Amino acid sequence: MLNRRVFLAAVPTTMLAAACTAPTAPGGSGSPNGMLLGDGYEPDTLHPLLGYAQEGAAKFYDGLVSFDGRGTLRPALAAEEPSSTPDARQWTVTLRENVVFHDGTPFDADDVVATYRAVLDPAFASTISSDFDMLERVEKVDARTVRFDLKYPYAAWPALMVLGIVPAETLAEPEPLENSPLNTEPIGTGPYRLVEWRRGDQMIWRGNENYWGGAPQVGDITVVFATDDNTRAQRLQAGEFDGTVLPPVLAERVGGVDGYRVLHHDSADFRSITLPVGNPVTGDPAVRLALNLAVNRQGMVDALLGGHGTPASTPIPPSMRPHHEPSAVFPFDPARAEQVLGAAGWVRGSDGIRTRGGERARFAVLYNAEDSLRRDLALAFASDAQTVGIEVALEGLGWDAIDPRINDDSVVLGAGTPLDPDLQTYSALHSSATGTGTYNNPGGYRNAEVDAALDAGRRAIGDQERAPHYRRAQTAYVADPGAVYLAFLDHSYLVREGRWNGYQPVVEPHTHGTTWGPWWNVEDWTTVT
Amino acid sequence: MNAVSSRAEAVGRLVLRRLLFAVPVLFVVTLGMFLLAAASPFDPIRQYYGVQIFEADAAEVARVRAELGLDQPVLVQFWSWVTGVFGGDLGVSRSFRQPVAQVVLERLPWTMLLAATGLAIAVLLALLLGTIAAWRQGGWIDRVVTGIGHALEGIPPFVLALLSISVFALALGWLPVAGLTDAGAELSVGQVAQHLVLPATALGISQSPWLVLHVRQSLLTSLTEDHVTGARARGLSEPTVVLRHALPTAVLPFVMLIGARVPELVTGAVLVEAVFSWPGLAAAVVTAAEAVDYPMLAAVTILATGAVLLGSLLADVAAVLLDPRVNADG
Repeated sequence: MLNRRVFLAAVPTTMLAAACTAPTAPGGSGSPNGMLLGDGYEPDTLHPLLGYAQEGAAKFYDGLVSFDGRGTLRPALAAEEPSSTPDARQWTVTLRENVVFHDGTPFDADDVVATYRAVLDPAFASTISSDFDMLERVEKVDARTVRFDLKYPYAAWPALMVLGIVPAETLAEPEPLENSPLNTEPIGTGPYRLVEWRRGDQMIWRGNENYWGGAPQVGDITVVFATDDNTRAQRLQAGEFDGTVLPPVLAERVGGVDGYRVLHHDSADFRSITLPVGNPVTGDPAVRLALNLAVNRQGMVDALLGGHGTPASTPIPPSMRPHHEPSAVFPFDPARAEQVLGAAGWVRGSDGIRTRGGERARFAVLYNAEDSLRRDLALAFASDAQTVGIEVALEGLGWDAIDPRINDDSVVLGAGTPLDPDLQTYSALHSSATGTGTYNNPGGYRNAEVDAALDAGRRAIGDQERAPHYRRAQTAYVADPGAVYLAFLDHSYLVREGRWNGYQPVVEPHTHGTTWGPWWNVEDWTTVT
Repeated sequence: MNAVSSRAEAVGRLVLRRLLFAVPVLFVVTLGMFLLAAASPFDPIRQYYGVQIFEADAAEVARVRAELGLDQPVLVQFWSWVTGVFGGDLGVSRSFRQPVAQVVLERLPWTMLLAATGLAIAVLLALLLGTIAAWRQGGWIDRVVTGIGHALEGIPPFVLALLSISVFALALGWLPVAGLTDAGAELSVGQVAQHLVLPATALGISQSPWLVLHVRQSLLTSLTEDHVTGARARGLSEPTVVLRHALPTAVLPFVMLIGARVPELVTGAVLVEAVFSWPGLAAAVVTAAEAVDYPMLAAVTILATGAVLLGSLLADVAAVLLDPRVNADG
C-alpha cells in the first residue's frame, strides 16, 4: 500500500499568459488532465534494448518488475514476486494475465522470452548485453511462466528485470535493432502511448485506456525539448511549463516563481576521481589515502552544488539505507593527509610539491570537457591536492580521447543506480570487473576482502541477508581506498503546484529525461478537482 | 521570333551542361565527405551506445561494431552507400534511427521555409535600403546603412540570433523563444508563422549586408550611365529615372550575387536552426556529424551541394534571359 505524500496549494493556480495565447491543444497546460513538461534531454531511441529507460520508469513499456521509489522492487508484468532457487541461480516469474500491448496484441511468455533472448543474441546489436552477462538461458515454461537460468548465483537479478518488454513480433528477424521501428514508434504495455514525436521539438504521450494498472488520470503529457538550461528556466517563469529539470543552483534561483515548487531528489548518481593502480603516484597506498583525507567534500557540495548533494566516500549513498555503512566515511583532515604522505617518504620540495626517490607527486586528471560540473569538481580536487603537496594536471577532453588513457590516468567518473547495491558496487570495486568494460573498475582496484564481501552479496537472498555484506565491503574499502568518491548529486526540478496529487519523492539513478524525476510515477497521479 | 527561340535553346543547353557537370561534382564532394568523416575524431559506436558505453564489455562493443558494419574501411562503406543509392535506397540514419529518406522528408520542408523566408527578407531589405542609399548618396540614411552594413558583415549569424532572442523574446516578450510551435500546441499556420519571425529575420539580416551594399554600388554605377543621363535630360521625374531606368540594369548583377550567396545561406541556416531549436535539416547536420552517420551526412552533403549548384545555375539562367548581352556559352 502506497503511503502518498499529498500536497495542496493554498492558492489556486492562475494561468499566466505571457506573450502567447493559452495553448488550445490537448496536452497544453490549459487542459485539466494535460501536463506540459520541459526537458533538457532528448532520447536518441525509444527501444529498451538500445538502452531507453534502462532503470525502468519507461512510460511506454513495463518491465517484469518496477521500482517503488524507495529501494524495493514490486511486480509489474510479473503477477507476483519472482521466486528463486536457494542458490539464486534460477529465477521463475509468473506473468500477469489479460495484458495487451498498445497495438492490441496480447502479452504472454513469448514476448518476455523474445525480449531477453534478443539481449543475448549478438545479431540484434543490443547495447545493454554486457549488463546481462550472468544470464545463460531464458525458457518459456508455459504461457504464463518464464524461467531464467543464470551462469552464477546472482541475488540482484530482479533489479535487471525492470527491462521493458517488447512484442515478440518486432524481434522476429535477427538483425541490428538500429532499423527497428520501435526506435521512434514504441509498442509496449506501458501506461502511456506515444502519439507524436517531432524530433528536436516535442513529444506527445497519451494515457493508455487499457493499462492493466488503470488508465492514467493525467491523460496527456507533452514533453518539450529545450536543451538550454536558461531557456527552460525562462519559459517556466513565463508559465509555459508544468514542470522542468534544472541544475540545483538555477532551480533555487528560479524557485520563487508563484505557483511552483522546487524539489531536490536524492540520487545514487556519484562523481568520483579514479586512481589507477598502474600509475606510480596514484597507485601508492599512501597517496590514495591522503587524497581521500585532503578533499573537502562538504565544501564541494556547498560551493558547486549549492548544497544540493551528499558527500560520498564510497559508492553506496545514505539513501540506499540498509546497505549503507554510516561509519565508512573519510573525515576532511588535511593535517593527517600530510602525516600519511610524510611517513611514506613523500617529501615536500622547494616548490611545495612532494617527491619520493626522484618521483614527483604529480598525475593527470581527465574530465569530459563538455560537462561543466565535472570540470569544477576536477578543479576543486586539484586545489585540495595541491594543499597537501600533490600536483594535479587537469585535461579537459572528449570521451574518445579519454578512453585509451583510462588505465594510466585519473578520470572524473559519474554513474549510479539505486536499484541494487550490486549494480552500484560490483563493476566499480570488484577486481574481476577490470577489463569487462571500459569504465568498469578502470583503476584496477583489487582488495580481497572487498571482493569476498561483494561476492557474498550476490549469493545471499533478501535485503536483510545481503546488507551486512555490502556494509562490510564499504568498511574494507575505506581501509584501503581505490578512488576518491566526491559526492552524490541531487537532481533538481520545478513543478506546478495544486493541480495534481500523487507526487512521491524518489531516489534517482544517473539518468536523464523526464521519465524519472517527480514524474517517475505520474501514471498514478490524480487530478485535483 | 528567332531570337527568342535561340535564347531558349541556349538556356536549355546551359541547363543540360550543368546537370551533366553536377553528377561528378556530387560524387567527388560526397566521397570527400566520407573521407573527412572517417578522419574525424568521432567514433560512431559511442553515439550508438550512448551512456551504455560506460558499462559495455569491450568484446561486446567490438561484436556490435562488426554487426553494424562500422569496422569496414571507409571506401567499402562509401561503395555500399553508392550502390544503395542507385538502387533507390538512401540508407538508414544511425543517429536518427530512421530511414534517411524519412528524416529528410520530415525536416527539409522546415529548412526550405526558413531559408526561403530569410532570403526573401534579405532581398527586400537589399532592394529597399540599397536603392534609398544610392539615391541619396552621402545623406544620413546612406551613411547609416553603409555603416551598419559593414559592421554586420563581420557578425556571425548565431550572435545575431542569440541577440534577437534576448531582446525580442526574453526582454520584450513579443515573440516566442524557440521551436516550431508553442509547447504543446498543434502545428498550424499561425503558430509556425509566429515562430518563424525571429529565426527568419535573424537569417535574413545576417545575409543582407552584402546584398544591400551591392545594390547600392551597382545603382550608383548605373546612375552615371548614358541611358540614365539621357532619361534625366528628357526631363523624366526622379523616381521614374531611378526605378525604371537605373534599377533594371543594376538588378542583373544582383540576381547573380544572390545565386552566389547560397553557400552562405546554407551555413547561416545551420547556425540559426541550432540556436532556435528549429527542427530542420541543418540542425540534423551536427547530430549526424558527431555520430559519423555516413548515409545521413551524405544526404545532407548532396542537398547542400545541390543547392549551391542550383543557385549558380539559376543566377546564370536569369542573366541569359534578362540581358541580351550575356552569352550562354560564357
